[in-house]
Amino acid sequence: MTLPATDVGTTRAGATDALVEVRDLKVHFPITTGVLFDRVVGHVKAVDGVDLTVPRGQTYGLVGESGCGKSTLGRAILQLTPPTAGEVRFDGMELTRLSAGKMRGLRRRMQMIFQDPMSSLDPRQNVESILTEGLAAHGIGAGRSERRDIINRTLDAVGLPHWALSRYPHEFSGGQRQRIGIARALVLGPELIVADEPVSALDVSIQAQVINLLDELQEELGLTYLVIAHDLAVVRHISDVVGVMYLGALVEEAPSDRLYREPLHPYTRALMSAVPVPDPDLEDRRERILLAGDLPSPANPPSGCRFHTRCPWAQPTRCADERPVLRDVGGTKVACHWAEQIASGELRPHEVRVELVRPGDEGEAPSIVSAPSEPGTYV
Amino acid sequence: MTLAPGKKKEKLDRLAELSAVHDDERGVSLWREAMRRLRRNPAAIVGAVILAAFVLVAVIGPFLVPYEPTDTIGVREKVVSSGHGIIPGPSADHWLGYDHQGRDEFSRMVVGARQTLIVGIVSTLIGLTIGVLIGGVAGAAAGLGGRWGRLVDNVLMRIVDMMLSLPSLLLAVSVAALLGPSLVTVMIAVGMVSVPVFARLLRGAMIAQANRDYVLAASSLGVRKSKIAISHIVPNSLAPVIVQATLTLATAIIEVAALSFLGLGNPDSAVPEWGLMLADAQKYLDVRPGLAIYPAVGIIITALGFTLLGEAMREALDPKLRR
Repeated sequence: MTLPATDVGTTRAGATDALVEVRDLKVHFPITTGVLFDRVVGHVKAVDGVDLTVPRGQTYGLVGESGCGKSTLGRAILQLTPPTAGEVRFDGMELTRLSAGKMRGLRRRMQMIFQDPMSSLDPRQNVESILTEGLAAHGIGAGRSERRDIINRTLDAVGLPHWALSRYPHEFSGGQRQRIGIARALVLGPELIVADEPVSALDVSIQAQVINLLDELQEELGLTYLVIAHDLAVVRHISDVVGVMYLGALVEEAPSDRLYREPLHPYTRALMSAVPVPDPDLEDRRERILLAGDLPSPANPPSGCRFHTRCPWAQPTRCADERPVLRDVGGTKVACHWAEQIASGELRPHEVRVELVRPGDEGEAPSIVSAPSEPGTYV
Repeated sequence: MTLAPGKKKEKLDRLAELSAVHDDERGVSLWREAMRRLRRNPAAIVGAVILAAFVLVAVIGPFLVPYEPTDTIGVREKVVSSGHGIIPGPSADHWLGYDHQGRDEFSRMVVGARQTLIVGIVSTLIGLTIGVLIGGVAGAAAGLGGRWGRLVDNVLMRIVDMMLSLPSLLLAVSVAALLGPSLVTVMIAVGMVSVPVFARLLRGAMIAQANRDYVLAASSLGVRKSKIAISHIVPNSLAPVIVQATLTLATAIIEVAALSFLGLGNPDSAVPEWGLMLADAQKYLDVRPGLAIYPAVGIIITALGFTLLGEAMREALDPKLRR
């Protein structure tokens, strides 16, 4: 299944064969009231105009703080959450307009790994049933023995013993459960795997194992990953390209090394400066950018640049009224009007006054507006 | 996090992790785990013993009773004259004495157990079936059906709300009065009372389950929505419904007794039933209070048995307590 996506003309020059292309993707969740008939009183703009390209065989890392819409973006790409607008092309096919039946057939080529392995595994299914379900849904494998074969090979690939088949999720440790989740995704032989916080629910020692497993599998099977995480170190380790999300949109996108070496967007700089350095002297002396205030409500995002309310480099012109587009600045794509001036040191950071009451906030009380993020239930 | 690229294959770690689960005995399913916990709970055992005794009496008791429960021997033999307040108490021949019509009270208690059990089980099943159907459809529609699903759910739930807004006994009385007094009517009436409870319970549990990641995982595998609802969401939502069913059995028995007491029960008053016996006994409370006490104690103990078992099952099925 390695058809080159020849009919995709929108790919940027120099980009390799793209497996996933997202154009101006929007996911808005309606806020409704009413007893019998829903009345829409507003929208939570969880994802608001995202363009990104995931090259085949590579890993795209998506970082951002909680509630910035990165999980929703991952789900919208897989059409698990229906997008409000925009395009998602998978291997040249436009997914947003596919019928439900065609989309179901296509699902074996794109799979998902979840954050909390306990809540993403049905407690009443044993491992064999978990792994058979996808095979049965797509009619893969003629008989029981053929399916057993596929399943056993998958178990070997993720490093689980064969006797795990008759056991139930609650009998495994966290790391093993995540391996079951990975096996469930792999058993269908997908090309794309969207990993939504694949390790953040695991112990640090086990995080390393799972990440290395994902790495090995990519090498062996030529998988394409979209890894969503808030842990910058994890993303740096596994990603080829990293995109930074803030309030529903990408603010910066660059090759992993480059992004960590010289972040251009003020938000990325703040994120990077939050990573502790393992040298106590350096840690004490290094510059830290502390962001003032909270993430604004995605139901009522700030005008212009989404980040201008918290940006230490915000300028009186443009920032508050003109939304910056992602543009190429020396190989990095960044959505900031003043990226060059900030990089050269021409603009200096200044104090940010926290606005307790945002102007134009007459819609909803912010307390009842919350972005639907990971519905993790901590049992 | 430190990730040296040279140490990619941490086989040792992996082996250590795998050794946490040993040998190849079969996995323990949730239900079997719950049964094990149930067996260790003293309240569950007491409840189960009470219920076992009750069921045993109800099933084989009627074949062993010393007298016909409808035979008015006391009147025939001129030892009972309820009009003059003469109702003899317990004796060697009649262990619980006679009732107001000169029938053997012990035989009536034993045969009445069967009636009570049947009425309790059947009315609970009626409520459970209708409630699970309504709640299941509403829950699946609300959880997976998008905008139209929410509308379906809304309509169904408003109907359920209407049922819920009527006082349960009033609802049962209206149903019983509407359909005319008979045993079947009583069972339908008592069943209808529990419909909204089951429907709401199942719907709520299903909506909670529909937001879990494993449902998302199943749809990302390409499993059909209908299959997800039936094979994932419903089985995971049934635990509270089953617990509620055992508790409803207890209240159903009491409600049937109440309806019989109000004269809306089985019109064939010769057939013994604990609620009816209680109702009949009220006129003779000053003469023979025992006639009221025996069926009342029977109802209380049975309801207690069901409640104990139900509560223990709630604990056993609670995933938060699972190790």
